[in-house]
Amino acid sequence: MSHKHLQSIHVSHYKHTAGCATEVMPIPDVVKISMSQHIGAPCKPLVKKGDYVKVGQLIGDVDAFVSAPIHSSVSGTVTGIEEQRSAVGGVDTLVVIETDKKQEIFEGIKPPEVNDLQGFIKAVRDSGLVGLGGASFPTHIKFNPKNIDDVHTLIVNAAECEPFITSDHRLMLEDTEDLISGMQLAMKYIGLDEGFIGIEENKPDAIAHLDKVLADKGITNIKTFKLQARYPKGAERVLVYEITGKTMNAGVLPADLGVILSNVTTFAKLGEYFRTGMPLISKRMTVDGDAVNQPKNVIAPIGAMINDVIAFCGGYKQEPRKILMGGPMMGRAIFSDEMPIVKNNNAILAFSKAQSLVKEETACINCGRCHQACPFKLIPTALADAYDRRDAQALSDLKVMQCMECGSCSYVCPARRPLGFTNKLGKAVVKEAGIK
Amino acid sequence: MEKKTYSNLVVSSAPHIVSSVDTSRIMAMVLLAMVPSLVVSVYVFGMRVLALTAVCIVASVFFEWAYNKLMKKTQTVGDLSAAVTGMLIAFNVPSGLPFWIAILGCFIAIIIVKQLYGGIGKNLVNPAITARIVLFISFATEMTTWPLPRMAADAVSTATPLGILAEGGAELPNNMELFLGFVGGSMGEVSAIALMVGGLFLIWKKVISPIIPFTFIGTVFVFAFIYYSVTGDGNALDMAIFHILAGGVMLGAFFMATDYVTTPLLPMGKVIFGIGCGLITMLIRLFGQYPEGVSFSILLMNVLTPLINNFCQNRMYGGAKKNEK
Repeated sequence: MSHKHLQSIHVSHYKHTAGCATEVMPIPDVVKISMSQHIGAPCKPLVKKGDYVKVGQLIGDVDAFVSAPIHSSVSGTVTGIEEQRSAVGGVDTLVVIETDKKQEIFEGIKPPEVNDLQGFIKAVRDSGLVGLGGASFPTHIKFNPKNIDDVHTLIVNAAECEPFITSDHRLMLEDTEDLISGMQLAMKYIGLDEGFIGIEENKPDAIAHLDKVLADKGITNIKTFKLQARYPKGAERVLVYEITGKTMNAGVLPADLGVILSNVTTFAKLGEYFRTGMPLISKRMTVDGDAVNQPKNVIAPIGAMINDVIAFCGGYKQEPRKILMGGPMMGRAIFSDEMPIVKNNNAILAFSKAQSLVKEETACINCGRCHQACPFKLIPTALADAYDRRDAQALSDLKVMQCMECGSCSYVCPARRPLGFTNKLGKAVVKEAGIK
Repeated sequence: MEKKTYSNLVVSSAPHIVSSVDTSRIMAMVLLAMVPSLVVSVYVFGMRVLALTAVCIVASVFFEWAYNKLMKKTQTVGDLSAAVTGMLIAFNVPSGLPFWIAILGCFIAIIIVKQLYGGIGKNLVNPAITARIVLFISFATEMTTWPLPRMAADAVSTATPLGILAEGGAELPNNMELFLGFVGGSMGEVSAIALMVGGLFLIWKKVISPIIPFTFIGTVFVFAFIYYSVTGDGNALDMAIFHILAGGVMLGAFFMATDYVTTPLLPMGKVIFGIGCGLITMLIRLFGQYPEGVSFSILLMNVLTPLINNFCQNRMYGGAKKNEK
């Protein structure tokens, strides 16, 4: 492509686990399956205490447009419906299941029979799929845009630009068939002409492997697309620009540019669902960080406790002071490791005290590094000044609502100012002031 | 493996890793970039250069430390910005300057220009430049008594190349002497090559943007070339090169007009700033009272910086409304 690249930053990759073949974690004694695993309306539990559930059985759903059903990842007995403070600060409803380790498969599990778009979209919803790159937007909505006749290109986000995380990398090497069949299904039913798999060039083995499989199969309308190994090439608006050269203006959806875009794991899970009929009940994730004994890639059942997953990785090497769900750039720090794995977990990172210190903030020296780092060329330092004054108009004029909170500005700031987070607060100021 | 539970974890906003480049590292690189010029200066003017530089750095750091202590503010000497200011003050004075005048300059820079406005990041104008100008106006004799470079045969003091140009009469040093720095002048300004090495190091390390140095130096060059072409006072190309090598252009363009705090943030603002510095420098040199105008030009452009920042529009990615193309 001849267009320029958007601004980006170099962040050390720390991809220690790239060579670690994925291991399947044994079923733990108890799983707690959250009813809020997607953006939109939380599900209502369809089971009650004492019920026996099987693998793949529907246990949570809700009659709302923006939602996705939730299935049991284990066979066992429901011992209660709990409420727990979530990592985001809200309260989650959890279905607690004591497992019998037999992993009996639910009777209704069989590959879906689909012959038109409507059937395809229903099957996607039934699979429980959400955007597995992090945003967890229900996939059946993303695959069914208002202008479905105008979309023509499929973009698979396999950039994996977050440091440490290698789960997508392993997926491309290990679940290649499901990935390609998932893409072909989406292209067939949505009516897309070509597909791109956007991969950062720090995964040459994955690119070579996919190229070879695609060539062997004689597939010509799906291509790998090599991205710079710089942060944040996996951000939606960045990725669309890098691959198509089209500028995605604020408030525009990929579909408005003729693009359907989702994470690589989403497509692999889609392929798996059409092959086996098993909905989304487990997830591949990278477990790493200096507080973990044996960093590795793990397939864990959804609802497994984080400390169970860590125990499978040899437990803690030293006392953890910070644990992240997700990568170090955009991941969320959780207050306790007694939290369940949810659909969009792609990494659990546990860090020792030495790597958990919050750096002290000093005065802005106006160096402009934040502006040079921002993929959208916002001026984070000016936004932070406007936020300090709680100046909603200035925040809006400086386009705070465009910030995708990638954290590049905070990363490069020599004064250690939490600029990306300040933008999050700035957005709240603008919303409160009601500025359109 | 036994399962353990931790429920008192640190919760903080993302990102959870940061670049290793912090303010202290940036200032340390600026100090390092000034070393080549310091070495040439010691060679040209002797050991007093080292003594005066040490005095300026120690005095500046002391004033910063004492002010923070007295005002019960967070100590900021660790960010090394006071050390940079001290070294720049030393670079802007003749090597024979009495220590007490240099110390007074450090007081003006650190206490009056920097700390009274709120400390690092808050000052309106460049502390070292302002200190130099105050000293220059207050102690005209001491600030313009130029010790002789070791290359000169006799006499006890000399004139700067720009002084010679303004006075007329005596022969100008050739451009190679200027390039190497074997001429009279302020301690850190004489060697163009040493300053360029340091400046290019800072550009390479991405500490400074090349925009201001290049537009500043470029404007001086073009202005001089046109002026001497029109007036016919000597070879235009030689005189244009003379003007970028002589006086404080290299020091100012690479080390003072690139101070983050007092210069514009956006590239377009940097272009305006650099051209403005070049224009004012040449207007003063060719038509003004003083032989040299670099420090005045930077000070004036510092003052205009908030206006320049307001004037510049930021062209961001995808900022157009939904239905615009």
